[in-house]
Amino acid sequence: MQIYDIMQTIRMIQQEHLDIRTITMGISLRDCAHEDIDRVCDKVYDKITTYAKDLVSTGEYIEKKYGIPIVNKRISVTPVSLVAESCRSKEYEKLALALDRAAETTGVNFIGGYGALVHKGYTKGDERLIESIPAALSQTKRVCSFVNVATTKAGINMDAVLQMGDIIKDLAYRTKDEGSLGCAKLVVFSNVPEDNPFMAGAFHGIGEGECVINVGVSGPGVVQKAIKRAGDCDFSELSNTIKKTAFKITRMGQLVAQEASKMLGVPFGIVDLSLAPTPAIGDSVAHILESMGLEVTGAHGTTAALAMLNDAVKKGGTMASSHVGGLSGAFIPVSEDAGMIDAVSRGALSIEKLEAMTAVCSVGLDMIVVPGDTPASTISGIIADEIAIGVVNTKTTAVRVIPAYGKKVGDSVEFGGLLGSGPCMAVSPYSSEGFVKRGGRIPAPLQSLKN
Amino acid sequence: MNAVISVIGNDARGIIYRVSKILYEHDVNILDISQTIMQELFTMVMVVDISTSKVDFIKLVEELDALGREIGVEIHTQHADIFKSMHRI
Repeated sequence: MQIYDIMQTIRMIQQEHLDIRTITMGISLRDCAHEDIDRVCDKVYDKITTYAKDLVSTGEYIEKKYGIPIVNKRISVTPVSLVAESCRSKEYEKLALALDRAAETTGVNFIGGYGALVHKGYTKGDERLIESIPAALSQTKRVCSFVNVATTKAGINMDAVLQMGDIIKDLAYRTKDEGSLGCAKLVVFSNVPEDNPFMAGAFHGIGEGECVINVGVSGPGVVQKAIKRAGDCDFSELSNTIKKTAFKITRMGQLVAQEASKMLGVPFGIVDLSLAPTPAIGDSVAHILESMGLEVTGAHGTTAALAMLNDAVKKGGTMASSHVGGLSGAFIPVSEDAGMIDAVSRGALSIEKLEAMTAVCSVGLDMIVVPGDTPASTISGIIADEIAIGVVNTKTTAVRVIPAYGKKVGDSVEFGGLLGSGPCMAVSPYSSEGFVKRGGRIPAPLQSLKN
Repeated sequence: MNAVISVIGNDARGIIYRVSKILYEHDVNILDISQTIMQELFTMVMVVDISTSKVDFIKLVEELDALGREIGVEIHTQHADIFKSMHRI
């Protein structure tokens, strides 16, 4: 081992915020179904607290052994709409409370999977679950929710898109005393991945095994510093620099995933090699784009810069792990990224530019605060646009917007911790109502004649 | 099984002595030491064999961390696999 290599790793961890962002245990709850919802709650609680009892302590052990911070330990479960479908009761929020208790007992900070897949249509369970989301997320602290409203193969369920506008508004109102924080725990997806370890959209997919360990690595700071050191080089060299850095970061994720899998006796699923920013200085995706030469994120050229970054991260990371999955790429959440917050505050970055960026990033419109009086139909319009980008481009897209109650453009909302603080952004004042209220499905797009 | 101990901080008398004392007490053999002063900071990287250690590795990590805080330098003890996985294919 060369001293230079050793010092490089130590520098990445100590000075450039390299960390394992999450070890997420996926647990199937398909065997917990029962007619009596209280019985389901008991089964769900018992199963999670048994399977994940050593998750947090194992994470802490690996953290000490390798000297690498493991920021979050989390759990994802089978979409709850499937587990609850057999229940006679409609009070699905009881299950959210059971998940919350299980998360507290096991010591994880978030548990994901309170959601439904309705890209083609609703079952009874899906309907009840979606209706219960505002009650569920406003009564719990750690539960995260998702709804998949579209896939490239099925098209877009516009009834669900319309309904999610109302659900998000209702949730914003019910959590108005905390800056409408509930909406930060709900993601509306197209082409949702079934093995994503990152919150709020994590769930344990129906094609997954009984229990699995997925690991999410991060490291925007490391990539940014590597680009700075590369200096005034051309794009070929820039892309190579990012690839090499992503490779090293992902190798570390692979090591941690294997160790966690071995210690817990649970199969290894995937490494998700996402650049996930935090509000800390030096941990920003926007600052990576700016180190490439943009005056500020949002300037013309931003979409191209993000496209190259996202692609190079995937290329470098893919070779470093035996199984790469999840979202893998660059996240662009506004409130969780110091550089994005600055760009919005300076008036350089609008929701329209962010929408364009989502066509080439790994997820979508993420952690965007909009005015509290934004109509539900406008939120549905934002969702429809974003989901259409995913469906047509055969990629995952998502919407996590927060219509912060009582807030206007220019106000700021403080969420705290990793969720950061969001400047309230302007949305179009013109109505989408006539469009989103049509109902039905937008057909699946043609996959040939591409131009 | 090897581990890497890195020590970074202001130079002072006895840093190497105090680190190696702990290692000696736990039967941990030093395989390689590289020490330099970089930008006025004392920087030492030590590769040690922990297979003969009398204490659990995590306990050794914590003990060296505590020593670092006592003498005002940063001491990080990491299993060598993290460096191997990152820099070797």
